[in-house]
Amino acid sequence: MSRKTYLQAINEAVRQEMQRDPRVIVLGEDVAGGQQSSGEPGGVGSVFGQMKGLFNEFGPDRVFDTPISESAIIGAAGGAALTGLRPIAEIMFVDFVGVCFDQIYNQIAKFRYMFGGHAKTPLVIRATAGAGFRAAAQHSQTLHPLFTAVPGLKVVMPSNPYDAKGLLIQAIRDDDPVIFLEQKFLFGMEGEVPDEAYRVPFGEANVAREGRDVTLVAFGAMVPRALAAAEALAKDGLQAEVLDPRTTSPLDEDAILESVEKTGRLVVVDESPPRCSMAGDIAGLVADQGFRSLKAPIKRVTCPHTPVPFAPSLEDAYLPTSARIEAAARAALAYS
Amino acid sequence: MQLSRDDLKRAYRSMFTIRAFEERVEKEFAEGNIPGFAHVYLGQEASGVGVCFDLADDDYIGSTHRGHGHCIAKGVDVKGMMLEIMGKAGGICGGKGGSMHIADMNKGMLGANAIVGGSPPIAVGAALTQKLNKTGKVAVAFSGDGASNQGTTFEALNMAVVLGVPAIFVFENNGYGEHTAASYAVGAPSLAERVRSFGLPCEVVDGMDFFAVREAMGRALEHARNGKGPYALETVCKRFLGHFVGDPQAYRTPQELAEARAADALPRFRAAVTGASLLTDEDLDAIEAEVLAIVEEAAVAGVAAPMPDPDRDLTRDVYLKYA
Repeated sequence: MSRKTYLQAINEAVRQEMQRDPRVIVLGEDVAGGQQSSGEPGGVGSVFGQMKGLFNEFGPDRVFDTPISESAIIGAAGGAALTGLRPIAEIMFVDFVGVCFDQIYNQIAKFRYMFGGHAKTPLVIRATAGAGFRAAAQHSQTLHPLFTAVPGLKVVMPSNPYDAKGLLIQAIRDDDPVIFLEQKFLFGMEGEVPDEAYRVPFGEANVAREGRDVTLVAFGAMVPRALAAAEALAKDGLQAEVLDPRTTSPLDEDAILESVEKTGRLVVVDESPPRCSMAGDIAGLVADQGFRSLKAPIKRVTCPHTPVPFAPSLEDAYLPTSARIEAAARAALAYS
Repeated sequence: MQLSRDDLKRAYRSMFTIRAFEERVEKEFAEGNIPGFAHVYLGQEASGVGVCFDLADDDYIGSTHRGHGHCIAKGVDVKGMMLEIMGKAGGICGGKGGSMHIADMNKGMLGANAIVGGSPPIAVGAALTQKLNKTGKVAVAFSGDGASNQGTTFEALNMAVVLGVPAIFVFENNGYGEHTAASYAVGAPSLAERVRSFGLPCEVVDGMDFFAVREAMGRALEHARNGKGPYALETVCKRFLGHFVGDPQAYRTPQELAEARAADALPRFRAAVTGASLLTDEDLDAIEAEVLAIVEEAAVAGVAAPMPDPDRDLTRDVYLKYA
């Protein structure tokens, strides 16, 4: 156990799994970097350095750069997975899935079902996600609702370094296609991370903070903000429970329903525009199956129905803040 | 490479199985025994059989929406296919895929594909596995002239060259992408010329001539298996029917359709092998009788077979393991 960043946890997960299983390969744009350039190849290791050092350790047959061709990256990963490898494909920014979504939702997600259960597609698509980098409308989205809506995919949104490593190892060992959304706002976050390999299972929510008065459900980079809101509420003696489902697909519905049964009040925080979001999805779940538990209307804290803006003043207003989460919780608590 | 009598019989059996199967699909479709729609491979038999003739079960192919012929050429079970196309529980994919998604991992068949341009990227990945595992095997992506215009295909061609994988891209140019002529929709002067511009060899071959296709495919295999990277073929074919079964084909003249039938690869094969005294008409007639009996049995079994059980089958096999 030692302190590591979220970024280091991701790197360590991939390194350890590549050491363990020779079928694991990494492909994508600049995952090595510098191919056939005048300097040393392998120095880039992905645009945020997530794959740094892997090219030098594992060589060009296991870590290789691709052309900027997302459809071919995902398709090649799918074909390789069907035929015995365990690829980790990188989409540099999740926003780029627009040009390869057919290969994701029509091809890899459906192989097993269309083929009557006679195929497996063990691959991980890693992509950086989330706003807060002043990266504007085409480099800042989360898009997890798109993936979550597709049967056949599993969708992971780690909120801390420990989960980032354990969930990524689970993703690599999983026999189904997994979308692993690296929360780029959290890359520098530090936490205790075991040195050895371990798995965090999918579909098991983490109770990030226990409480009895109101349930705050949050994903990925919104979890630290929900925790900050809970901290502020605690100063007034209000005990918020913060639930981090870790994966949007599968979703730990039981944990959400059980928490709401205890608190009777629910705030869902989602870094996404509101329509067809996890906020709406979970509100629907609880309205349908937890109605008797509710003492107040469900509150949803989301981004507005806009693209991610560039100007810092606008982007700051776009993202859910701990203040907005706290206000929503107070509104739920005030309802009677 | 000289073909033995047994080889020639195998080639004819494969081509005639496609012919008989697809004609039966037409019939069963007309009788309401096939849900949805079906795109048949009639007229293109020599292309699929010529390409797949020297492939083993652990060489891979990815196919198209017009995939029945590729499946048969790759050795997929005809009865399992017929049941699948009829949406029956005993189908090769349990009735969950249908005509456009037939796959058989045991035969290296990575799926028909209802998305035009869907297979080339997947074939690059299957070829990548062969390269990294040093198997000496190849992956073939079947596409039509229509898919030759898709961006996914361009990406796959380039990626295959960049990664140097043993992928073989077969463009079956039947002159039509759905209902629009290739002469209109392929903007380049030549499909093959455009493919070559990606940096790989591309041969143009008469897709109505089994022998020509097989020989060209032999050169492709030699190239790919010896680490020289990808290779491509444009097999020029005739599509006997429309885009789908029931397409009235008002966009083609009766004369054009008659010319397509006149170019039929099967009588041409028969004339070649009987003319050279390699096989007799009786040999070929016997094959036809056997195949017709197999197809008959498959169709009868298909009509009689039960559909999948929603309680058991609707939600299974989405994942290996979910929550």
